[in-house]
Amino acid sequence: MIAHNLVALPVVLPLLAAAVAVLLPPGRKPWLLATGIAWLVFAASLALALRALGGEVLSYPMGGWEPPWGIEYRLDAANALLMVLIGAVAAAVFPFAGPSVKRELGEEKSPLFYAALLLFLAGQLGIAVTGDAFNVFVFLEISSLASYTLVASGKDRKALTAAFSYLIIGTVGATFYLIGIGLLYALTGTLNMADLAARIPEVAETRAAHTAFAFIVVGLCMKIALFPLHLWLPNAYTYAPSAVTALLAASSTKVAVYLLIRFVYGIFGADFSYREMPLAWLLIPLAVVGLLSTSLVAIGQNKVKRMLAYSSVAQIGYMVLGIGMASSLGLAAALLHVFNHALMKGALFMALGALVYRVGTSRLHQWRGIGRRMPWTMAAFVAAGLSLIGVPLTVGFVSKWYLVLAAIELGFWPIVAVIVIGSLLAVIYIGRVIEVAWFEKGESDERCEAPLSLLIPTWVLVIANFWFGIDTRLTVGLAELAAQSLGGTP
Amino acid sequence: MNLLGHYNYIVVVVLMMLGFYTVIARDNLVKKLIGLGIFQVSVFMLYISIGYVSGGSVPILTEGVTLYSNPLPHVLILTAIVVGVATLALGLALVVRIREAFGTVEEDEIRLKEDAEG
Repeated sequence: MIAHNLVALPVVLPLLAAAVAVLLPPGRKPWLLATGIAWLVFAASLALALRALGGEVLSYPMGGWEPPWGIEYRLDAANALLMVLIGAVAAAVFPFAGPSVKRELGEEKSPLFYAALLLFLAGQLGIAVTGDAFNVFVFLEISSLASYTLVASGKDRKALTAAFSYLIIGTVGATFYLIGIGLLYALTGTLNMADLAARIPEVAETRAAHTAFAFIVVGLCMKIALFPLHLWLPNAYTYAPSAVTALLAASSTKVAVYLLIRFVYGIFGADFSYREMPLAWLLIPLAVVGLLSTSLVAIGQNKVKRMLAYSSVAQIGYMVLGIGMASSLGLAAALLHVFNHALMKGALFMALGALVYRVGTSRLHQWRGIGRRMPWTMAAFVAAGLSLIGVPLTVGFVSKWYLVLAAIELGFWPIVAVIVIGSLLAVIYIGRVIEVAWFEKGESDERCEAPLSLLIPTWVLVIANFWFGIDTRLTVGLAELAAQSLGGTP
Repeated sequence: MNLLGHYNYIVVVVLMMLGFYTVIARDNLVKKLIGLGIFQVSVFMLYISIGYVSGGSVPILTEGVTLYSNPLPHVLILTAIVVGVATLALGLALVVRIREAFGTVEEDEIRLKEDAEG
């Protein structure tokens, strides 16, 4: 029975557990429940990914209603990659959240906090696995509403305004998506993704199809935080509690990138997106400008958390660049970078959370000499930072390598230069932190390492950065399989 | 093009623009939420209009009736209304806490106070 329902379990488990978490007494119990669920979800998603890696496409009719009438859960290589990613990030961040959130927020509200965390997880996994375009909207809103609350739970009062502007932009984005889906439904009479993909070519030349495409792409770009629609992101990441930032940075925007890929390649098809509509002319310039400008802004920040937030917007530029190239290799590179960037930003924000646990702030000038006081924590930050820069043997190198290969294949030499310049800018902003932390003298040299309960999850992700940088079979295999099944070339 | 026959779509577009403009242009956070509500409601009306089949009857199985309106968009919109209510409730809850923390719900005044903190 479990094997039969395995596709639905990763969504249903956290959804039910969220209701249970609210009923638990404040304290450690909600956290233990959430962590247990996250590990179960991770195990289930790995089992599913192994089946998808064998080329199998799993279909699960929700409630026994056959597709295309009922809601279908459908798992191919692209979904499987994303599910493993969300599961892995949750399995690492949830244990980390316990001590970190206790220090930053206290424990009185812990049942509600972990309920929101579980709802967020359920929504993200739901988007990953569903094969129904309207169901995507519902899950998108479940996870978004949960993340607005999580951002607002930050201690600083600016967290409230950050959450509010996130709510406004997020809701406008989701409503744009809803308009697009409505127009598609009016044209084709179906909401099932596979069915939509089959019917769109008949109506491809109508104005309504073009409008639907525009609404869906712009709506999703708001959720992705593609430059210049990224203004909600820096504040939301800066003022959210550390564990929440790690989770949001590692999975939230990535899920939206996946959705964009699914719609552009899987549903509308590359032919429609790049021949009928000039998508490449929209995505590539925005990605390039965003990548360079936000990297420059990141260099000027005096708060490390804010710096990493701007760096996230820059990294999204790489993914969108891969999508905009409209080739199988570019698409595979974008999917790889979705996975790899989640690993490195997850590790970076967790290392940052561990540093903030002791120092109490992410202001750079108060980090002087912190490298000598917390060598293991700072080493994790540096290692993940190297991965962000794209040093060989790390995941950051693997995805940038594929991106460069894709650009060369198409003869886009200026893009190659942009990718290299982006990496050099990352050297500068990560280097600034390293310089202050290791080479400047602090007030004391007393050791105050972060507790092991924070260090272990952080280092697990850091090691994953190197593991998947050396052994690329699982990630590259799934990404290439996904790119093939989505059909990369117009 | 029969404009009068499409009047519900014209209403949808007008409401959509009004709502969206309010979200962008107003500084008052509550007015922003009202604009967001109008924007969402216009989309609900779009869906409901799509479901209408001219001459179709209420989608309840009755003898002698063969042409029904499409009930699916209506069901979808029930879900979307629930989502909209939840969003509005959360947004208003945030406004209450913003007012407690900053003493105002005007965006420009909040920004001044935030900038003063650095």
